[in-house]
Amino acid sequence: MGGEKLNLTLKIWRQNSPDDKGQFEEFKVEISPDASILEMLDELNNDLEREGKRPVAFESDCREGICGTCGIVINGHPHGPLPKTATCQLHMRNFKNGDVIYLEPFRAAAFPIIRDLIVDRSGFDKIQQAGAYISFNTGGAPDANSIPIGKDVAAAALDAAECIGCGACVAACKNSSAMLFVGAKVSQYALLPQGQPERYKRVQTMVAAMDEAGFGSCTNTYACEAECPKGISIMNIARMNRDFIKAKIVEQEVDI
Amino acid sequence: MKLESKVPEGNIAEKWTNHKFKMKLVNPANKRKYDLIVVGTGLAGASAAATLGELGYKVKVFTYHDSSRRAHSIAAQGGINAAKNYQNDGDSVFRLFYDTVKGGDFRSREANVYRLAEVSNNIIDQCVAQGVPFAREYGGLLANRSFGGAQVSRTFYARGETGQQLLLGAYSSLNRQIKNGNVTVYHRREMLDLVLVNGRAQGIVVRNLLTGEIEKYSAQAVILATGGYSNVYFLSTNAMNSNATAAWRAHKRGALFANPSFTQIHPTCLPVHGEGQSKLVLMSESLRNDGRIWVPKKAGDNRPPNEIPEEERDYYLERKYPAFGNLVPRDVASRNAKYVCDEGRGVNGERAVYLDFSDAIKRVGKKVIEEKYGNLFEMYENITGENPYEVPMKIYPAPHYTMGGLWVDYNLMSNIPGLFVLGEANFSDHGANRLGASALMQGLADGYFVIPYTIGNYLASEKPEKVDTDRAEFKEAVDNVKEGIAKLLSIDGKQTVDEIHKRLGHLLMDKVGMSRNEKGLKEVIEQIRELREEFWNDVKVVGTGEELNQTLERAGRVADFLELGELMAVDALNRNESCGAHFREEYQTEEGEALRNDEEYAYVAAWEFKKVGEWELHKEDLKFEYVKLATRSYK
Amino acid sequence: MGWLTTSLNRSIGKKFVMALTGSLLMLFLIIHLIGNLTLYGGREAFNGYVETLEVVKPVVRVIEVILAAIFIFHIFNGVRLWWENKKANPGKYAINANKEITTFSSRTTIVTGSIIFIFLVLHLSTFWYQFNISGHPETGSFEFYDIVVYWFNQPVYSIVYIIAVLLLGFHLNHGFQSAFQTFGWNNKKYFPVIKLTGTIYAIVISLGFASIPLYFLLTGGK
Repeated sequence: MGGEKLNLTLKIWRQNSPDDKGQFEEFKVEISPDASILEMLDELNNDLEREGKRPVAFESDCREGICGTCGIVINGHPHGPLPKTATCQLHMRNFKNGDVIYLEPFRAAAFPIIRDLIVDRSGFDKIQQAGAYISFNTGGAPDANSIPIGKDVAAAALDAAECIGCGACVAACKNSSAMLFVGAKVSQYALLPQGQPERYKRVQTMVAAMDEAGFGSCTNTYACEAECPKGISIMNIARMNRDFIKAKIVEQEVDI
Repeated sequence: MKLESKVPEGNIAEKWTNHKFKMKLVNPANKRKYDLIVVGTGLAGASAAATLGELGYKVKVFTYHDSSRRAHSIAAQGGINAAKNYQNDGDSVFRLFYDTVKGGDFRSREANVYRLAEVSNNIIDQCVAQGVPFAREYGGLLANRSFGGAQVSRTFYARGETGQQLLLGAYSSLNRQIKNGNVTVYHRREMLDLVLVNGRAQGIVVRNLLTGEIEKYSAQAVILATGGYSNVYFLSTNAMNSNATAAWRAHKRGALFANPSFTQIHPTCLPVHGEGQSKLVLMSESLRNDGRIWVPKKAGDNRPPNEIPEEERDYYLERKYPAFGNLVPRDVASRNAKYVCDEGRGVNGERAVYLDFSDAIKRVGKKVIEEKYGNLFEMYENITGENPYEVPMKIYPAPHYTMGGLWVDYNLMSNIPGLFVLGEANFSDHGANRLGASALMQGLADGYFVIPYTIGNYLASEKPEKVDTDRAEFKEAVDNVKEGIAKLLSIDGKQTVDEIHKRLGHLLMDKVGMSRNEKGLKEVIEQIRELREEFWNDVKVVGTGEELNQTLERAGRVADFLELGELMAVDALNRNESCGAHFREEYQTEEGEALRNDEEYAYVAAWEFKKVGEWELHKEDLKFEYVKLATRSYK
Repeated sequence: MGWLTTSLNRSIGKKFVMALTGSLLMLFLIIHLIGNLTLYGGREAFNGYVETLEVVKPVVRVIEVILAAIFIFHIFNGVRLWWENKKANPGKYAINANKEITTFSSRTTIVTGSIIFIFLVLHLSTFWYQFNISGHPETGSFEFYDIVVYWFNQPVYSIVYIIAVLLLGFHLNHGFQSAFQTFGWNNKKYFPVIKLTGTIYAIVISLGFASIPLYFLLTGGK
C-alpha cells in the first residue's frame, strides 16, 4: 500500500434541485492511491466545508459494495470503469496522475435528480411492492429442511438474489430499462420451489409496476450486465420474458 | 427507580411458552385500531413492521435511507445461528443458550438468551419459506458452517452475503404489508426526538431529510430498531450513516442506557491504511474456519510472509488456545492481535496480523475455498490490491458491534411504557461479548417472534389512547428539535464535523477500546468533555436547515456521539472488572485473561440521564441458575 | 380481448411483438433470398421461378398482405419503442462509455431499421410496383427479369441496394439473438451458439442479397 499522491481534475455534476438545469464544476484534488473514490469526495467536501461552500451531495452507506446506496457515473460508467465493483469499492490506484474524471448522477427519467449526484430510486421499491414476495404469514412456515433444494438451484437463485438494487443497470441502459433489476428478482423466486405458487402472477404484476414507474423497454444491448456491480446475468431477463409470455398466454391474467 | 426485568416464573425451558399463554391478546378486529411506529428497517425493524402488519396493526415505519432495503443489516456476511442440530453434532436449544451466555461472559439475562435460542429454529424456517437462498448440500438439505465460540456447526449462510439475503427476505415481507396497506413506509426521515404523553411513548419527531421539514407522528407504541453505535469510534465497520441519535434522544427523554461500554471490536477487519480513511471493512469471521492467524516470532521480521519459514511463525491463537484455536470468541481473538502488535510483532511492525489460507488451499483445493469465500477474497483484493489466494491476508480488529444499548425488560420494553427496543439497539442478549452469527439471529427473533406477542400484551393491558399531534407535548418536542438544529447552524466555527468526529474516535479507540484502565478512562472523560465544548463553539455546519443538508445530519449525530462517548467511559470506569469485550488492564489473570468479579459486578449497569455529562446508575442484578458462573476457558 | 392489448402494450409485450414479427421476417428473408438466387441461373431459371409463383397468385397475394401487416407491426412497434425509450432516458453522459460495452448492431437498430425502411419503399416502388402494376420503366414489359436487369445495371441503384442489405446484416445480427432472448429461449450454454448462428445468418443473408447486384454490375446479366 502507499505510493505517491495523485493529482487529479474532477468534473462533478452540480445541480441544486430537481428542476435546476445543472452543470459540471471543476475541482483539482490531490489524493492517496489507497483512498476510495468516495473518500476522495469526503476530503473534497471537508475542504469545501472549511471554505464555507456547499459540499458535493452524494449518497453512500456501507462502503462495502452491498447496500446499493452509492452510485456515481464515473467517466461514463455507472460505478466506474472497473467491472463488478460498486462506486464505494473503486480505489484511486485505478487512476493515473493527471487524469480528468467526470462524476455524474445516474441518469434516467425514472430516477429524478435530487441534488448533485443523488437521485430518487423509489421506483425500484414500487416494483418490489408489486409482488416481490412469497405470500405467507410469520409463524406458518414448515421445517426448513422439508423443502429440499438442489445445491445448484440454490446457487442460481442466490446469483440472482445478490442484486443490490443500486440502479446501475438503469443508468447504463440507453433506454433506462429496469429489466435486469426486475428479472433478477423474478428469477430468484422462479427458480425456487417456494416461489412457484405465485410465479406467474408475480411476473405480471412486477412487469406492470415496472412499466408504470417510467422505465424504458429492454432492447437487448446488455449494457446492464456489463455495468452491474454484482455481475447479475441477462439470463434472468430471458427467464422473466419466458415467464411473462407464458403467463399471458396460458395463465390467469393479472395486470396491476 | 427499581428495574424490573419481568422475567416469567418457572423452568427456563417453559418461561416463554407460559408467558405467551399468560399474555393478553388484542382481538383481531381491534388490531387495526392501533397505530404503531417502528423506527429502522434493518432485520429487527423490518421483521417487526412486517409481522405487526400481518397481524393487522397499522404500522408506520421510518428510515433515513432512500429505501428500506439499505439498512446496515445488509452488510452482515457470515451467517445466522440456529439450534437445528441438522449436523447431528450435539447441538440443542440448551447448548446454543449455554454457548451464548458463556460467550457473553455472564453479563446477559439468562431468560432472554434462552428465548433467543428457542426461537432460533423458527427463524430459519421463516427465512427459507421467504425464499432466502441459503447454502445447500448436494442432497438439497441446508448446509452449515462453524463460527467462533462454538464447537458445533450451527451457522446457516448464503455465501458471504447472509445479512443481505435475510434483510431482503424481511424487506419482501414488509413490501407485502405495504401493498396490503397495513404498513406505511416513510423514507429519508431521521428520528430526532421521542414524544411522551403522560409518561408513555406516544410519538416521534423526525426531520424530512429532503426538505428539512420537522414532522411529527403519533402512535400508541413506539418501537426503536435503530442499530448500534460503533460509529462513535469514527472508524468502524458500521455503515457511514449508522448512528445512535434515535436511541440517544430516547435516552435523554428517560430511557435507560445499559452497559454502554460493552463494544465489540471484531478481529477480522482490514487494517487502517491512512488518515483519509472513512471506514473499516470487515472480513467475515467465517474466514477463521479455514484461515490460520499468525505473526512472525521475532519482532522486526519484515520478510514477505511467504519467505518466513514455518518454524519462525507464531500461530498464537492455536498455541494459546489449543481447544478452540483460531475459533476463539471475538474478544479473545481481538485482544490477542492487539498484544502481538503491542509486542512489535505485527506485520512490518504495523498494526496487522496475517490470516493465511495456504494450508486450507493445499488441503481442500482453491476451488472449494473460492466457493466458500470467493466474494470476500475478491473484496479484499479490490481494496488492498493483493491476491489472498497467494499472499496471506492482513487483518486487524475494528469496532463492529455494540452489545450495550437501551435497557429493556423481558418483553423488550424499555423503562418508558410503550417504548420497545429491538435488535442491536437494545442491550439484552449478548452480555459483554456477542458470538458470531448471533446478531442476525437476535434481530430477527425480536422482530418476527417476540415483539408481536409482547406488544399485544402491552396494548391489551395498558390500553394507550390515540393522541393528536396538536398536543403540547408534540409542540415541545418539535421546538426542542428545531432549537438544536438552529444552534448547530449558528456556531459557524472553523472545524468540520468529520474532524471533530475523528478526534473523538481516536480518543475512544485509544482509551475505551480493546483494553481500558482507570487512569486512561479518567483522562478520556475530561478530554471528551473538552472536545464537546470545542464542538459546540467551533464546529462549522454549512447550508441551512430547510434543505437536504448532509453536513447538518452528521453534525447532529456527532453531537450525540460526544455525549454517548463520555457515558461509555463512565460505564467502563464504573465496572471494576474485566468481562468479555470490556477488558480492564487492572483486572486480569496471570495468563492475561479477563478476570470477572461476579461478587460485585454481576449486574446490568443501566444509566439514567440527568443532564449532559451526568447520569445516575441503576443496577439490574443478574442471576445464573442454568449456566453456572465459571471462568470462560477456550483452552 | 382486453388482456391481449394490455399484454402487448406492456414492455415485454412490445418486445415480444418485435421478436415475433422480426422472426417471421427473418424466415421470409430466407425464402426471398433462395428465390433471388435463381437469377444466377439466368433468364429462364428466374422466369421459371416467377411463373411457379404466378400459378399460386392468390396465395401470394394473401402472403403479401400478411407480410405487409408484419412489416407495419414491426416498424410501428420499433418506432414506438424508440420514442418511448428516448423519453425514458433524458440525457447522455459527458463520456459515452456505452460504446465500450455494447455492440454496434445492438445500439443502432433504429438507424439501420429506418434506412432499411426507406430502402424498402424504394425496393417496392421499383421491383414490386413495376412488375405488378406499371411494367418496365422504358419498355413497359412485365417480364420480371428485364426489370431486374434494368435496375441492377444502374450503378447508383445497385450501390444503394448493396449498402442497404449490408445494413440489414447488422440489423439481423442483433435481431436474431435478440429474438431468442425475448422469447426467453436463452441460457448461458446456448447463448454463444445463438449469437454465432445469428451472425452467420446475417452474413449469409446480407452477402447473398448483395452479391446479386454486384454480379449484374460486373457481368451485365445474360
